Amino acid sequence: MSAALRPQRGQLPDLSRVTAVDETGVEERVARFRTRSIKTSSKVEALKLVLSMIDLTTLEGQDTPGKVRQLCQKAIHLHDSMPGLPTVAAVCVYPTMVAVAKRALGEHRIAVASVATAFPSGMAPLKVKLDDTKAAVDAGADEIDMVISRGAFLQGDYGYVFDEIAAIKEACGDAHLKVILETGELSTLDNVRRASVLAMHAGADFIKTSTGKIQPAATMPVTLVMLQAIRDFHTETGRMIGMKPAGGISNSKLAIHYLVMLRETLGTAWMTPEWFRFGASSLANDVLMQLQKQATGVYQSADYFSLD
Amino acid sequence: MDTQVNKLAFDGGWQYAPAPESTDHVTVDERYGLFIDGEFAEPAGGKYFDTVNPATEERLSQVALATEADVDRAVAAARKAYEGPWSKMKPAERGKYVYRIARILQERAREFAVIESLDGGKPIRESRDVDIPLAAAHFFYYAGWADKLDYAYPGRRARPLGVAGQVIPWNFPLLMAAWKLAPALACGNTVVLKPAETTPLTALKLAEVVRDAGLPPGVVNIVTGAGDTGSAVVSHPGVDKVAFTGSTAVGRMIMKAVAGTGKKYTLELGGKAANVIFADAAIDQAVEGIVNGIFFNQGHVCCAGSRLLVQEGVERELVARLKRRLATLRVGDPMDKNTDIGAINSQEQLGRIESYLKLGVDEGAEMFQASCPTPDRGYWCRPTIFTGVAQSNRIVQEEIFGPVLAIQTFRTLEEGIAKANNTPYGLSGGVWTDKGAKIFRMTQKVRAGVVWANTFNKFDPTSPFGGYKESGVGREGGLHGLGAYLSLES
Repeated sequence: MSAALRPQRGQLPDLSRVTAVDETGVEERVARFRTRSIKTSSKVEALKLVLSMIDLTTLEGQDTPGKVRQLCQKAIHLHDSMPGLPTVAAVCVYPTMVAVAKRALGEHRIAVASVATAFPSGMAPLKVKLDDTKAAVDAGADEIDMVISRGAFLQGDYGYVFDEIAAIKEACGDAHLKVILETGELSTLDNVRRASVLAMHAGADFIKTSTGKIQPAATMPVTLVMLQAIRDFHTETGRMIGMKPAGGISNSKLAIHYLVMLRETLGTAWMTPEWFRFGASSLANDVLMQLQKQATGVYQSADYFSLD
Repeated sequence: MDTQVNKLAFDGGWQYAPAPESTDHVTVDERYGLFIDGEFAEPAGGKYFDTVNPATEERLSQVALATEADVDRAVAAARKAYEGPWSKMKPAERGKYVYRIARILQERAREFAVIESLDGGKPIRESRDVDIPLAAAHFFYYAGWADKLDYAYPGRRARPLGVAGQVIPWNFPLLMAAWKLAPALACGNTVVLKPAETTPLTALKLAEVVRDAGLPPGVVNIVTGAGDTGSAVVSHPGVDKVAFTGSTAVGRMIMKAVAGTGKKYTLELGGKAANVIFADAAIDQAVEGIVNGIFFNQGHVCCAGSRLLVQEGVERELVARLKRRLATLRVGDPMDKNTDIGAINSQEQLGRIESYLKLGVDEGAEMFQASCPTPDRGYWCRPTIFTGVAQSNRIVQEEIFGPVLAIQTFRTLEEGIAKANNTPYGLSGGVWTDKGAKIFRMTQKVRAGVVWANTFNKFDPTSPFGGYKESGVGREGGLHGLGAYLSLES
């Protein structure tokens, strides 16, 4: 990866040059990924990779330190009766829970991601968003998941959205910045592509589909369009940007289809938790159940997998 | 864009394990006779020929070589069935038989898909998702017309023609059989069908379906063999209608053979379709359309988008994207569910394709091939693109019928149309643009039987298919396809 980009406010890229997206064509391509048949050793390897890419998430108004500590336990000990499992990539919480998560994870190499910038709506003044971000970073967050101002984006005020991302990036310091496009509110794939380009130029380390609070959350067509935008950004600048589909990916088969799509779009370099994450809460247990099935030939009931 | 600097890696890392489709449930007999008058029979000359799996070069089965005497018997059986039960049957009853064929095909879809891939080399994904479902759909579609012909041609009386002699190619063996049989039967004709010599198995399995569906003996007869057998079928005086799909060269011979005989005929021949990409097209989806247009079924497609016309402003970028996409195509075992490109249908066809590759290089074009490995045995050709070609190059003018794409540029819409039409063929075409107005201009001006907009190689039984100029005569599919099997009286 080349030298880090230092985006400046007002350096909006020329979005009129962003290529058009044909929705039908995207859906056809996705259907092809879904016909890939992933079996035996390749399935086991994929399932473990999926586990290692999960951002284990709790983003509820009713979250408590106790619940977050349990989540962290789960992040470290996915299923101890099955040896050789990876840990998840990160836990993802609200800013007020960052310190709790940080303590609970201790020396383990699991990142703490915090949503910020008036998540999930983003409807707050920039100053509040910057304070929100700084509070999370000060509490020890390794990664910040910000939301873009969809209202401004849909109004065509791309400069505002760009400058806001650049400002948050600056406030992040060393923390990685994931930019949530909330694609469920962007209405077209053309908008998804344009927002992806904008976010990457403004300093995103990762681009992320959704907050999980709006339906539809992550879908394969939306993720494909974002992956293609990442690919073209890499071709132009040499910089690798990460991708995080979030929300709606709750079973192993779908997660493996995402890996297929990732592999055939961005290649092998992106096939690590450093560059690809799943934002999910219930995916981990389904993957564990499938791994158990691969090992023993039979499914265990959901009661054999911890619910945290 | 410079892909050399910031290249993506598609090798190594997480790999797809082999995912072979099971073949346990399929039985292929050691030897197949001719299907005449409702049963399998020995050929008069007693000769058989091998049908080979092009992915392994191993023999799958032996198939009877039909001589003129066999064709005589088949035509006589078809005539008897026509005069007897079939043309006198109530149309709704006839329709029921055709529906029955469609349903049995659906029930046995997996078996047919496996045999199609074994015998022809096409990826199981395609035979499973395209060939077999479409074949069944054709029978379903035309079954519905059987008792509605009077409504198709109001004020006129539609009558069947008699015995249809049908010769089909090796690229979509079962699907082409369905295209031929379904309208013929629904309209009340009887049939003598000759499948291609390299891919006879699914047609012979279809004979089993016809028998199981309880069609009266002689309504469908299937005679196997090579060019001589086909020639005997189309030139037989007892045949009232000839339907052929295949090369333009053979199509010419058939036209001569039927000239002055009063036989009705439809010919669906070669193509050299232009796939036209405008600068404003959704470029990633266009790349997929190009891949689907030329590499579907190893490029053994008469309507393949074998000429790519790119608006000059996006040529470099498009070619770079296309080359990168080729790196992710999986060439190999047709039975693996993850294979994108299977085996070339026969050694003969591989030789023809390779001679064109050499020709392209000799003509001064720049050749690029995907770097994927190919198996040691079997007939394989890597996806290939030629750049720096001109209208005067033979690789631009002639049908290669393989995974070979010739790329040219154009500046204005008018130049795009002119280049697209500057070919002896006119079967299909494609246009890729974000502007509706350009789509209308192109579809009005490109002289081809079908022009796809922002997609390619889409087929449906309700849609007519056929060519201009050397691409053929008549239409198959849809309402148009019915007319070819009827005489209309007022």
